[in-house]
Amino acid sequence: MVQFFESIAHQFNRTFIVDNRYKYFLEGLKHTIIIALAATLMGIIIGIVIAVIKVLHKKTGKLKILNTIFETYTTIIRGTPVVLQLLISYNLIFLNSSNAVLIGIIAFGINSGAYVSEIIRAGIMAVDGGQTEAGRSLGLSQIQTMRLIVLPQAFKNVLPALGNEFIALLKETSVIGYLGVMDLTKAAESVISRTANVYFPYLSIAIIYLIMVHGLSILFNKLERRFAQSDRG
Amino acid sequence: MIEVKNLCKSFGKNDVLKNIDYKIEKGEKIVIVGPSGSGKSTFLRCLNMLETPTSGEIWFEGIQINDKKTKIDTVRQKMGMVFQQFNLFNNKNIIDNITLAPVTLKLQTKEEAEKNAMALLERIGLADKAKAYPSQLSGGQKQRIAIIRALAMNPDVMLFDEPTSALDPEMVGEVLQLMTELAESGMTMVVVTHEMGFAREVGTKILFMDEGNILEEAEPQEFFNNPKNPRLKDFLSKVL
Repeated sequence: MVQFFESIAHQFNRTFIVDNRYKYFLEGLKHTIIIALAATLMGIIIGIVIAVIKVLHKKTGKLKILNTIFETYTTIIRGTPVVLQLLISYNLIFLNSSNAVLIGIIAFGINSGAYVSEIIRAGIMAVDGGQTEAGRSLGLSQIQTMRLIVLPQAFKNVLPALGNEFIALLKETSVIGYLGVMDLTKAAESVISRTANVYFPYLSIAIIYLIMVHGLSILFNKLERRFAQSDRG
Repeated sequence: MIEVKNLCKSFGKNDVLKNIDYKIEKGEKIVIVGPSGSGKSTFLRCLNMLETPTSGEIWFEGIQINDKKTKIDTVRQKMGMVFQQFNLFNNKNIIDNITLAPVTLKLQTKEEAEKNAMALLERIGLADKAKAYPSQLSGGQKQRIAIIRALAMNPDVMLFDEPTSALDPEMVGEVLQLMTELAESGMTMVVVTHEMGFAREVGTKILFMDEGNILEEAEPQEFFNNPKNPRLKDFLSKVL
């Protein structure tokens, strides 16, 4: 037993303490969080805009060109692997930039936007048409009705699905190492390349991912409960 | 106040309204009755452009509202509408339901709108529900709030689309009571309903619609006691 704990302490020392290796993990955690948060935000904004335009197009027949552009966008993004999208962004599109973190944020944000737009569109479609009619009959414009009445209800409908998407995005950022960014996963690999010990760094970052994802689930549960306020019967 | 000229509306190959002409004067209470599928709800929904007419003209207070250049949102501020399914905003509490439109459209300040809304809620005896959500109310309460929500915009005309059809029988009375009070206050009203008692007591004119046409138009006395159209006679014999 004592031997076991000694071994753990030794591993811990080698993984985190020697040569200040914990700094790799801190740096990695920082990048993982920055990329995930910024890409999520970007995904939400892109998702809302696309969802609203697709729904308006379906209802009114207007905005045809934008709708076609967004249909194509969704098809391409959902039809290709995110790693490939990252590599294409880095090696083909943003050739003049070496800011891999920023490119990562943009690529993940654009990727997430395609999925979020479909989630939000489903949420909008699930809101009863009478809500829109009531808003319009009071003189509110289409956009005002969408913003004040339909979207809040749509968000409530799809909160669990959005939570899923953000959790997936957070974990997906682990492929950013392809662009040489020191994220959490890359940090573990860097340490492994020096200590030749595999399992302690991997298990450590697995636990860190798990804690972050669990935190997100708790956050979304809280949000759901808050949104459910208007359902108290 | 409202003038309808040669109004036609089709959904695909289905002609729902066939060349309707009608004129509604200020202060009138027009009640529209008829069997299901007769086009009466579509007619009402064309009046505030919730349905876009296929052809014809609709004029409101001197403006052709189905003209492409007309800002329909501004016109609708003066036309209140009450729906069969109430359609209170589920994500807003009662006071916000009432104040949302006047405040968003900058017709009233938040304080004015809330004062106004509370006065309206007092009037229907539901002031204690101001902070409740729609899901916590009965159908009759929801519909009465839907009515005052429309009234909070100070409309010139109120359109009612089968306002009591989705209610439990015991809640119909409270809604009709409020509508009767509204009629007595001089509001111009267009009401699609199956409530013949209400039509007889409150209506100034009653229209009978069937298959997209207005088949008969008369004052209540004449309408119920001396119907002329055979289709109306048949209809009345079944509903009275």
